[in-house]
Amino acid sequence: MSGGETFIDRLKREFGDGIRGVNLEAIDPWIEVAPEALVDVCRYLRDEPDLRFTFLNCITGVDYFEPDPKKAQKAGFEPHMEVVYHLWSFQNKSSLVLKVLLPRWKDDEPGKLPEVPSVSGVWSTANWHEREVYDLCGVYFVGHPDLRRILCPEDWEGHPLRKDYEMPLEYHGIRCR
Amino acid sequence: MATSFDDPRIIEFDVRTDEMLVNMGPQHPSTHGVLRLVLRTDGEVVSEVTPHIGYLHRCAEKIGENLSPRQWIPYTDRMDYLAAMNMNLGWALTVEKLMGMQVPEKARHLRVIIAELGRIASHLVGMGAYGLDLGTFSPFLYAFREREKILDLFEAACGARLTTSYLTVGGATHDLPSGWLKQCEAFLDQFLPVIDEYHDLLTNNAIFVRRTAGIGILPPEMAIDYGCTGPVLRGSGVDHDLRRDGEEFYTQMYDGYAFEVIVERDGHYPQDHKYPPVPSAAVLGDCWHRFYVRMLEIRQSIDLVRQAMDRYSTAKGSHQIPVKLTQKLPKGECYLETEAPRGQMGFYIVSTGEAIPWRVRARSSCFCNLSVCHELCRGCLIADVPAIIGSLDIVMGEIDR
Repeated sequence: MSGGETFIDRLKREFGDGIRGVNLEAIDPWIEVAPEALVDVCRYLRDEPDLRFTFLNCITGVDYFEPDPKKAQKAGFEPHMEVVYHLWSFQNKSSLVLKVLLPRWKDDEPGKLPEVPSVSGVWSTANWHEREVYDLCGVYFVGHPDLRRILCPEDWEGHPLRKDYEMPLEYHGIRCR
Repeated sequence: MATSFDDPRIIEFDVRTDEMLVNMGPQHPSTHGVLRLVLRTDGEVVSEVTPHIGYLHRCAEKIGENLSPRQWIPYTDRMDYLAAMNMNLGWALTVEKLMGMQVPEKARHLRVIIAELGRIASHLVGMGAYGLDLGTFSPFLYAFREREKILDLFEAACGARLTTSYLTVGGATHDLPSGWLKQCEAFLDQFLPVIDEYHDLLTNNAIFVRRTAGIGILPPEMAIDYGCTGPVLRGSGVDHDLRRDGEEFYTQMYDGYAFEVIVERDGHYPQDHKYPPVPSAAVLGDCWHRFYVRMLEIRQSIDLVRQAMDRYSTAKGSHQIPVKLTQKLPKGECYLETEAPRGQMGFYIVSTGEAIPWRVRARSSCFCNLSVCHELCRGCLIADVPAIIGSLDIVMGEIDR
């Protein structure tokens, strides 16, 4: 990551509350970004002449939810959903991690997918990555040009990488479990 | 233009064509597995390509959430099954990064030997299968003849040929058996002159050049925008190789090794004086360049294996640090990308302090490389679609995971 303190200060000056927090002690230090500010932050990181994070490595969805109530007390986290963006700058040969924290369900209504703005307009590679996160983790990317399932069949139900996912008993007459 | 079937002269010069959807795959031989492409065509010209993937999806990431990292190694074999060793290495390094573990010198050089042999084997299949895509069968046989010898070496080292599970967290499962280095040396000596045959068969072949040069041109900006990596990125002239430019945790494996990134600089490839010249029809970023980068990487990997064997034979330490299956992982998360033969293979691990990770993620290089195919295929001929898809050198096991 480039800069350390000054870089974070610069981002905070630029986006204010859009930068919700940082963790510089982590193995890969990360920055937490508010969902509303995500696209602006990403565009800024990509276009600033001294940053040029032109390359998006990966988008990952992580479901923080412990279905077992006994373990949930000790889990050490509140149930939530994280979307993690790994960026790379060819110019500085440095990487950067952005995180967006979301509720597991929009308005805490099970079945309503949480929403985050799409960055497919910033990096084209985000198109497929976001489709994958939508498919497997159940995050809705607002503004995505073509948000369809990508790995699972179109009529698949549920989002397999959610911790409370249950495999269907059968799919088109094929026994699943 | 108005066409009338009543007038035979018009039909002669102006054949009316309709837009037609052509389904290619999932069992098409040139789709390298089970890839389905829906082509929107107008006559012979493709106006739009829509790839459909997921036929091999088995949610390896979900499986990884129920196994300890060492137990997940065999699942990484089955991602890019043509370069299983490199997949093992990527995952092992990611877990080591999380655990803050440094492997002994001996294990480090052993890994370079094995990873570079894996790269050669993988590029050989890429080359042979590309010949098949373009309708020539013999390069495939020549490529597999040599690949077989690498698989023999793998078999001697770990007992498996394809799904090796050899490089693991903490080093490798076994040390190399006695006499292995000699066997490997003999293979490299025999293999080096054979590469010229490959160049005669394909790189220099006039038909091959006609089929690939100037086809499917990928500009460097687009390659970066679509997250393309590996030979696809370098074939577009972007000077980037994780073995040199990656994170320190990965590049330290290649510390002290002499090698040059294979990319065109000012119209020349490194070491290209020994190799066939770039044909005049070839444009940087086309299918021919992607193929050529792979061919030169084969040559370079031979050098790297040789260097690694020298170092390995004098290196200190063991081939591994034993890691228990029930070893608890430190709380935290990390992401690491390695330079696999087909591009940058990334793994992401999140741990809550248990022996089993909370979340694992595999960032597939072919997944991103394939995502650019609709741009490359726009406006090309139907016959060029296999040439373009083949030049991306995809493995569906890795895309679908």
